[in-house]
Amino acid sequence: MVAHPPVLALRGISKRFGGVQALVDVDLQVRAGEVVALAGDNGAGKSTLVKAISGVSPADRGIIEWEGRLVQIKRPHDAHALGIATVYQDLAMCDNLDVVGNLFLGREIDRVGVLDEVEMERRARDLMRALSISIPDVRIPVAALSAGQRQAVAISRSLMGAPKVLLLDEPTAALGVEQTSHLLDLIEEVRDHGMAIILISHNMGDIKAVADRVAVLRLGRNNGLFDVSTVTQEQIISAVTGAADNAVAHRVKGDEEAWP
Amino acid sequence: MSRERPHRDGGPAGADGAGPVTADSRPRPRGWSGNLRDYALEVRGSVRDGERGPLLVIAGLIVIWIVFQALDDKFLSPRNLSNLSVEIVGTGLVAVGIVFVLLIREIDLSVGSVSGLAGAAFAVLNVNQGVPEWLAVIVAVAVGMAVGAFHGFFFAWLGVPAFVVTLAGLLIWNGLTLYLLGASGTINIDEEGLVASLTSRHFGDDLAAYAVAALGTAGYFLAAHRKRSRHRAAGMPYRQTPEIWVRTGVLAAVSFTAAYTLNRFQGLPFALLIFLTVLVVSDYVLRRTRYGRRVYALGGGVEAARRAGIGVERVRVAMFMVSGTLAAFGGLFVASGLTSASPTTARAAGSGMLLINAIAAAVIGGTSLFGGRGSPWSVLLGVLVIQSIASGMGLLGVEDAVQFMITGGVLLAAVAADALTRRTEARRGRP
Ligand SMILES: Nc1ncnc2c1ncn2[C@@H]1O[C@H](COP(=O)(O)OP(=O)(O)O)[C@@H](O)[C@H]1O
Ligand SMILES: [Mg+2]
Repeated sequence: MVAHPPVLALRGISKRFGGVQALVDVDLQVRAGEVVALAGDNGAGKSTLVKAISGVSPADRGIIEWEGRLVQIKRPHDAHALGIATVYQDLAMCDNLDVVGNLFLGREIDRVGVLDEVEMERRARDLMRALSISIPDVRIPVAALSAGQRQAVAISRSLMGAPKVLLLDEPTAALGVEQTSHLLDLIEEVRDHGMAIILISHNMGDIKAVADRVAVLRLGRNNGLFDVSTVTQEQIISAVTGAADNAVAHRVKGDEEAWP
Repeated sequence: MSRERPHRDGGPAGADGAGPVTADSRPRPRGWSGNLRDYALEVRGSVRDGERGPLLVIAGLIVIWIVFQALDDKFLSPRNLSNLSVEIVGTGLVAVGIVFVLLIREIDLSVGSVSGLAGAAFAVLNVNQGVPEWLAVIVAVAVGMAVGAFHGFFFAWLGVPAFVVTLAGLLIWNGLTLYLLGASGTINIDEEGLVASLTSRHFGDDLAAYAVAALGTAGYFLAAHRKRSRHRAAGMPYRQTPEIWVRTGVLAAVSFTAAYTLNRFQGLPFALLIFLTVLVVSDYVLRRTRYGRRVYALGGGVEAARRAGIGVERVRVAMFMVSGTLAAFGGLFVASGLTSASPTTARAAGSGMLLINAIAAAVIGGTSLFGGRGSPWSVLLGVLVIQSIASGMGLLGVEDAVQFMITGGVLLAAVAADALTRRTEARRGRP
């Protein structure tokens, strides 16, 4: 295990939006078969970091290493090509397209430019079945789906290309209890197949359930990296809220209710 | 994009039930031997979603035709209908260009001016400069394409809102048209030439119109049948054979009646053939190709499209180029109908009548101003409505002032219907 370089390593990532310094010198690593949770208050820069990795909104400064070698991620295409898949916080779906259309958006199956709808539909059905996702039909527009169903479609889309790294930006926020546990099972399953996962979550329960490590962002900076098996909930929370300036404080303060 | 299919209940595996038939879990009806009432329900189910809009417009068109026929019995004469089928083409082509732009949730207000520019460019080059006609046509259409690229650049790369860019374009290209025509005034184009023949030529042989009708019907049937077989082979829901037959039958009835009517005047108009070809090709590109999927994706969510790796800027520029190109092409049909390009018609083009008719045609037919919904075929219906009203009012001698108000009112009604559709669909969870 130890010999493996991280599949994805970020060093000194910084990003500024006008007057807002959204990320400052952020480091983050994730290995194959590992789930790293990314925690932080609203506005801490978690989604910004995800978009920097996925090429939607590249970082201003910093280094990205992929399997030990330096890479540039300037466009979403670069991230796809490396094997990075993303489920965005806003899901990024085209409401007017049906489920099949969204699943295959940007990587349609075609013959000389002509869509192979039958094959795409067949694979979409297989995928929905394999992930035991129940939606009324793969041919209805995603706008007609419930929030949980849309989330499920977005997640299955991310898994479609057999990625090596999966970025999940608050995937459980719109889900009910049962759907959440279904998703957590799914995360464990793909982790066991050697996928590396960065899971953004506000939910301590989810983090405790599936993550191996927790990285905390606060005001755009790293504010602690913990081993989930040894850290307490309170330690994470104080890193998130800034009660602790690094991963050392042991103040017992705050509880889950303090989370939005 | 949603395909209207009544059967959502899995593959052929569900078809072998022989037990009591209930409304909800009945087995798939097999051909006409199935219960007819069930089948009627199926058809109604398939109509309910995607096809209600077009059916309403068809009903409206029939009402318009009946009213004008009652007011003037020349309205439904083969001559008037045949002329109508030529008159719709200029506006129709422009409107198809508008559809491409509307699908990505933008607007092109310059199309009227661009069509005028193309007509003037052609006339100046061919008549005044002696450039061969075919070359002048290519240059005129290329001018439209270049103008579209120019708009697209300002919009996609510089981020100027499309309606402002194309509003400026409306004035610029109209000014350029007047400037081009300024030296010579009205230019009459060669009445025997290629451009004039765009609207004057008819295929006199009865066979031509029937052949097109037969080809269209057979093409539809084969495409539907092939799709059905492929879906069935893959074990997926598919459209029923009787449903395909009914649709094919309706199409055949409409197209052969149209062919018969056209043949009772001068035969199949060349212009109509071109228009239908443009509709078939653009519908195919939008609905069946990877590129078309990107266009719809942009209309459904620019950010989602961008994150899926789609080159949003390029698609945007391309759509304005399509719109400019088709506007120029449509402009040649307008010039052809008038067999001239003149400052008067150029001013009229700049006044926005063609623009309004084109937008109205697209929207009446069911293409949404809110992006991501619609098709080139919507233009055929819409432009028939618009041009029928214009033609009928022309026959009745209604003055321009009233025609303007009515056309404006029709556009407003169509846009209001579009907005209402969007609201009800949003409430039901549809885009
Ligand atoms: N596109 C943007 N333009 C300007 N500011 C932005 C943009 N995206 C994010 N920000 C700012 O960057 C900071 C981090 O935001 P975000 O990454 O969304 O936080 P989180 O996902 O951790 O809640 C916030 O202050 C936010 O307002
Ligand atoms: Mg966020």
